[in-house]
Amino acid sequence: MGCGVTKSSQFHKHSGKAIRAAVLIQRWYRQYVARMELRRRYTWHIFQSIEYSGEQAQIKLYNFLGYLMDNFTPASNERNLISHIFRENEVCRDAEWERYFCYKNIEVPEIYSGPHLIFPLTVEQAVGLVEAFRNKKQLHSRYVLQLLLETWRRLRVLPNINRISTCHSKEITICGDLHGQLEDLLLIFYKNGMPSLEKPYLFNGDFVDRGKDSIEILLILFSFMIVYPSDVYLNRGNHEDHIVNLRYGFTKEVLTKYKLHGKRILKLLQKIFSWLPLATVIDQKVLVLHGGISDTTDLGVLSRVDRHNYVSALRPPKKKHISSTRTSIDSDMDEDVWGANKLFQRRASFTFPRPLVTRGGFHNRSLQDFSDRIRVVVVEDELEVRRRRQSAFISGNSRPENEGTPIASTDSVNSDNTREEWKQILDLLWSDPMTLDGCMPNEVRGGGCYWGPDVTEDFLNRHNLQLIIRSHECKQEGYEFCHNRKVLTLFSASNYYDVGSNRGAYVKLGPDLVPYMIQYQATSMTRELTVRQSVGRTERSALKVLREQLFAHRSDLICAFKKFDSTNAGLVSLNDWAAAVESVMHLGLPWRMMRGQLVTCKTSDGTVDYHDWFNELAIKGPNTDHIDQSLLETLYRHRSTLETIFRIVDTDNSGFISHEDFRQTWKLLSVYLKMEITDEAISDLAVTIDSNQDGSIDIDEFMEAFRLTDKKSRLERGRSMFMGTAPDLTKLEEDPSI
Amino acid sequence: MAGRKQSADVHQKIRAAFDAFDYEANSTVDVREIGTIIYSLGCFPSQKDLHDFIAKVEEDHTGYIHLDKFLPAMTKVLQEHKFPPISEDLLLQAFEALDKEKKDYLDPEELTKYMTQEGEPFTQEEMEEMLTALADHRNQIHYKDVVSQMTIKPDK
Repeated sequence: MGCGVTKSSQFHKHSGKAIRAAVLIQRWYRQYVARMELRRRYTWHIFQSIEYSGEQAQIKLYNFLGYLMDNFTPASNERNLISHIFRENEVCRDAEWERYFCYKNIEVPEIYSGPHLIFPLTVEQAVGLVEAFRNKKQLHSRYVLQLLLETWRRLRVLPNINRISTCHSKEITICGDLHGQLEDLLLIFYKNGMPSLEKPYLFNGDFVDRGKDSIEILLILFSFMIVYPSDVYLNRGNHEDHIVNLRYGFTKEVLTKYKLHGKRILKLLQKIFSWLPLATVIDQKVLVLHGGISDTTDLGVLSRVDRHNYVSALRPPKKKHISSTRTSIDSDMDEDVWGANKLFQRRASFTFPRPLVTRGGFHNRSLQDFSDRIRVVVVEDELEVRRRRQSAFISGNSRPENEGTPIASTDSVNSDNTREEWKQILDLLWSDPMTLDGCMPNEVRGGGCYWGPDVTEDFLNRHNLQLIIRSHECKQEGYEFCHNRKVLTLFSASNYYDVGSNRGAYVKLGPDLVPYMIQYQATSMTRELTVRQSVGRTERSALKVLREQLFAHRSDLICAFKKFDSTNAGLVSLNDWAAAVESVMHLGLPWRMMRGQLVTCKTSDGTVDYHDWFNELAIKGPNTDHIDQSLLETLYRHRSTLETIFRIVDTDNSGFISHEDFRQTWKLLSVYLKMEITDEAISDLAVTIDSNQDGSIDIDEFMEAFRLTDKKSRLERGRSMFMGTAPDLTKLEEDPSI
Repeated sequence: MAGRKQSADVHQKIRAAFDAFDYEANSTVDVREIGTIIYSLGCFPSQKDLHDFIAKVEEDHTGYIHLDKFLPAMTKVLQEHKFPPISEDLLLQAFEALDKEKKDYLDPEELTKYMTQEGEPFTQEEMEEMLTALADHRNQIHYKDVVSQMTIKPDK
């Protein structure tokens, strides 16, 4: 070992100087690592809080729209704009549904180069589908519909809670959120092998939204489930929900990829989502579900609900209507028939008693919030509404279900059960664990609970279980234990917030029921980035998003600053700056520590010139001088909500809405946000965008035109393009939903 | 008095850093985060410095540190400049001292040797991470570039 000896003899000749130098470098480097870790954490926090507040915003929006539905007469414009999203599938006979799938008259053209499916589906075809998608092919809508029909048939016969066993030393592979990231699914299949009789899989929800290949993932999962019904299991996630899909991209993806049949596909998926099982129990000991539990979660109750009544977890379940047999299943059914049914529902929602206290009543609270906003607008129609309600009340009495008892109390019996069931499902899909004991409403997301270790302990004992595996939250390492290792969070979408942000993971569970985790990180890009670069990149992305939000809250921030600036000098101390920003933004970020990244204009004694600061944020928009400042801020602050409403209003999914509808949309938004928007201001906006003056507005163009681009990031992007080190630019463009 | 305002400012700064790690909002942080907190306040303690500090402020081996103990101890550290930052020049000299052949860069083996065998040695994990962060595509550590790119200016 000649070399070794030489080296060690050299080693002992280290000078004192070299040793001191080494010590210094160690000290320096450890400090550096700690600072990087800090930045990584708050970057994470930024993305996560924006993601969750997006979820909360979506729930609020939906509640608001629901309230509108319940309070506006059918004739009103606002209601007409949005009524169709509440036109949820009535309970119809199966035969009618099968007809609706009617793929038979869809022709597949000669030039189609994608995969062909022949039913009954075989393993080879399922595998072929994976290959086709890997090669960026798209499945023809005819086959999509056929596949969905078959999927629906299979799902219907499944129980709410799958019960499976790892017999004969079969290990089961469990995957968490995939969120349309096909690359990750392909990576899992590559590392672990595709589903088969020897290789059972369980997918724990959130297959869609945010990523760009949601439909492909669904089609792959459904195919394997069809081919291996006893070896491939699917749990529903909170994103398997058409309301959530409106905001988070799945709806848009389907309508873009399937221009002709997209709407039909979406409608069918609504139904399919509602038929997805809610949870899975492995060997009677390990519970796998998407979100989590609450202190009232009861597997007995959950196994008995009619899960398909919950088309969206955000809405109370629909009731069975006798009259619905007349209802046509075509989505363009006439208003009258539908309207009459809706009256029953509307009345019902008003006669529901106060909901159970334990729910935290987020739904009800939102309703109460809106009543004062809407009163003004609705006042002229109130008489009309009351009249309708009266007649519905009377006719309602004759419904056999009510058996002569006053509507209110009968409904209160039904409604108690319904509310209880609803809460069970909501908690299951939306809850998150917390470190503190107890259970409280999850106000960050707007649905479900936060549950503590004591609740886990109690729940596991009651149900004789030993472990809960759930997903729903992105984790840096792809997985994370909590609650004394009794709860495992599993997340399978790597680079979720941005390139390099996190790994994904999947779990293998054998008969010993000891979870074995495998991590991975998709994308060719991360290999080339060093740790430093990927943290920096993610951080830049997050900060860009944050700066946008700060700019969007400019008026409120200036107000807050002024409170600390008694002499009106335009200056505040660093501490006051941080306090003011938190008081407006409510993001719980360590503002003081991040100050260096957010404020570069600083006077020498550590104060901040806040007017200068806003200039420095230097958001460049289109030529927006003529547009009202507060309107602009609203737009930036609520861009995702606005876009969601646009997509709802665009009933034929053309991507265009008329000027009139555009105007109505803004009016809707103004009611929701309690702000004044003049017609003139709206016209100005419309004119800015409708450049060819043809009377219709391109939604994408509109949203793009008002995308904020700050100077700093444009410069950076330019430089990295020049130096040829730019990563995929489309990734840079994508903001997490705000 | 300027002195009082200054110390109020220092307190605020320490509080802000502490709060960022107080996940349960009960004025305690996990002892394992103390290093990160102290670093984030612009200090460069050695591992020994950290151990000594923690010994003074930890609540009887509970694994938690309360703000009540942390605040005065940390204030003293900042006011007495106990763990001063390392200037770029000093850092550069340190690297040069290791670069025996004066080639303006270090090989991974050279750096590893010093980092894992001298002073307060790095673990293998720490070493791997350092090499990933500092080595360029030629697998060399050009310390002049590293120093200028990686020096983080402390918060005022």
